[in-house]
Amino acid sequence: MFPEEVLEHVFSFLNSHTDRNTASLVCKSWYEMERWCRKRVFIGNCYAVNPRVVIRRFPEVKSVELKGKPHFADFNLVPEGWGGYVYPWIVEIARAYPWLEEIRLKRMVVTDECLEIVAKSFRNFRVLVLESCEGFSTDGLAAVAANCRNLRVLDLRECEVEELSGHWLSHFPDSFTSLESLNMACLGSEVSFSALERLVARSPNLKTLRLNRTVPIEKLSTLLQRAPQLVDFGTGAYSAEIRQDVYSRLADAFSRSKNLKSLSGFWDVTPAYLPAIYSVCSQLTSLNLSYAATRSPDLTKIVSQCYNLQRLVVLDYIEDTGLNTVSMSCKDLRELVVFPSDPFVGEVDVLLTEQGLVSVSQGCSKLQSVLYFCHQMSNSALISISKNRPNLTCFRLCIIEPRVPDYVTHEPLDVGFGSIVENCKQLTRLSMSGLLTDRVFEYIGTHAKNLDMLSIAFAGDSDLGLHHVLSGCDSLRKLEIRDCPFGDKALLANASKLEKMRSLWMSSCLVSFGACKLLGQKMPGLNVEVIDERENVNSLPEYVPVEKVYIYRTVSGQRFDTPDFVRIMGKDKDDLYNLS
Amino acid sequence: MSSKTSEFTTYDLNLIETELTLGLPGESRGRKLAKKRRSIESFDDIRSDATKCPLDEKQAIGWPPVTLHLKNSNFKFVKVAVDGAPYMRKVDLELYGDYQQLQCALVEIFSYFTLVIVFIENALSENNLLDVVNGRMYVSMYEDKFGDWMLVGDVPWKMFVETCKRIRLMRRSEAINAAPRTSSRGSNLSIF
Repeated sequence: MFPEEVLEHVFSFLNSHTDRNTASLVCKSWYEMERWCRKRVFIGNCYAVNPRVVIRRFPEVKSVELKGKPHFADFNLVPEGWGGYVYPWIVEIARAYPWLEEIRLKRMVVTDECLEIVAKSFRNFRVLVLESCEGFSTDGLAAVAANCRNLRVLDLRECEVEELSGHWLSHFPDSFTSLESLNMACLGSEVSFSALERLVARSPNLKTLRLNRTVPIEKLSTLLQRAPQLVDFGTGAYSAEIRQDVYSRLADAFSRSKNLKSLSGFWDVTPAYLPAIYSVCSQLTSLNLSYAATRSPDLTKIVSQCYNLQRLVVLDYIEDTGLNTVSMSCKDLRELVVFPSDPFVGEVDVLLTEQGLVSVSQGCSKLQSVLYFCHQMSNSALISISKNRPNLTCFRLCIIEPRVPDYVTHEPLDVGFGSIVENCKQLTRLSMSGLLTDRVFEYIGTHAKNLDMLSIAFAGDSDLGLHHVLSGCDSLRKLEIRDCPFGDKALLANASKLEKMRSLWMSSCLVSFGACKLLGQKMPGLNVEVIDERENVNSLPEYVPVEKVYIYRTVSGQRFDTPDFVRIMGKDKDDLYNLS
Repeated sequence: MSSKTSEFTTYDLNLIETELTLGLPGESRGRKLAKKRRSIESFDDIRSDATKCPLDEKQAIGWPPVTLHLKNSNFKFVKVAVDGAPYMRKVDLELYGDYQQLQCALVEIFSYFTLVIVFIENALSENNLLDVVNGRMYVSMYEDKFGDWMLVGDVPWKMFVETCKRIRLMRRSEAINAAPRTSSRGSNLSIF
């Protein structure tokens, strides 16, 4: 038996949550040892456990990370008021962890009151990351700015913030100099530029600065000059009438930013200003042009100079020709994201096809992660991609029109996606689209043994499809399904699998009220939430399919903060007595 | 695997409740969706079935899966005033693809007032908003970026979104009597 100090030292090298969880299962003394020295806690579903249980087990935590709503909330599939309130967590951790340093939240409802508690409770608070959160206003930000003396990171990623004023930024006191990262890109209101400039000037450790749209292009050079140490920069609106003096100052400022590795922003781009960034292109490892609505030649000129690029996010304006250039110039590319410029229009006037993705898969040997929106796909393209890039770990393909077949053969895309899962043995995340039958799920169940997360839409023929996935995918933890003819049989037959997963989402499928109730009754370790906004929902017979069901494992039983359109099935005492 | 497949025979499902359709592989149902989304460029296009909102039909919510932030990277909130309503509302014009979708949204957000505004089919004029409670006709007008009050529906949708600063649903009787509020030109251009 090792003395405690040795064990503790060994555990300090275990950083991943899964490793720590595994270590704690070895024996009681390791469990005890590990729980006292765990500094970072990650809760993938805020309803899977009570805050008090977490606090009781881990008394010395410095960093808390929580996730709330299911992923499909990003696409408006989770009605407002569903839940994901962080307040109960904040209250408990404020009481239990006065020396907490970091809070990271994703898809949670965060109120100003929560932010005020955070601002006042933790003397050494350093990192606040809110991703896809909502429920707070700029007043809450002002409280954080005014009170968190040691703040390093304030990162608001894609949050919905009620913007009462831009003055929140001015609440950072003059004595505040510890800022390392500021991301305010999601805010719409103007902040005082002089306050921003002074903040940047007195933050020698500032590495990340992502501005919002209201900061005009004329002011960018001032900020870049104040922060030559910047590594990650997001511009504001990148547009103005072309003026030689503004352009020259900007180009000069970029050329002096020797540490810059990441660029983003570029709203409302005036193409004539894009060459100002050419001098930093060869330094860049990450480039996000997803707001730059400009045509392929401008985009191609930029990427052709980005020899060290590892991550590229761009609109489909880049077209196949631009992606061909990427495949030849960006030999270190790891991640490619291509968003649709006009997702809701039927006609297409952008020349981005499956060919762009095929060429990148051919030319970029390190490509691991793909998110690609396009209008057509073929099995042969998918097979090529899978053979070119067996090292893919994340493959998300969205063919914009649902149920579209292989455009060449008019066959379903089963074989193509089957080839992806068969060849890409390290695949952990997959999203599929196009015309797909139960066959593709058979391939997935057979081959996708490392798959952690699967997203399915408008696919499949019968319960067999769902059954293949649930019974075959050994590593599956998150499954989200919409508009598929999957129903009760497959779900109930694989009930025990659901306890090995974090969550399952099914909307516009064929899962009945009765099956949800039965599942909730038989599986005490699962919350089966039916989300149904129909007015007459309480009088619908049990065989009728629910609108949406969200099933997740939990050790804390049902939650009590549900709105009236959410029912947690099978937990009523009456239901339990009526078990057949 | 083969022993398990015998437990699952395909069975007929009662699909009436669900509105899902199954079909043979190779049918491109997706094409229909594309046609519905084609922009309606002016009110003149709305002839048949003017009372039906395109949003009634099964448009897939949340598809394609682009996040709100990307979709609404251009948000354009404008004030909407309806004569007779106690307060104004704001709508984001970037959320709508055409005039018909905007009208549906306006009808919905003002529906909780005692005015109940519906579309009526009227081949002669663009003024197809009727308050069924008090029988008043409404005209949709907007103020453009030059300060002129214009009739909604004349210009292509995208141009409207770019130039519209605010919207007013004015009672028709008032519109007839109102002096045209143009910025400087002294024309006698009446609304009708």
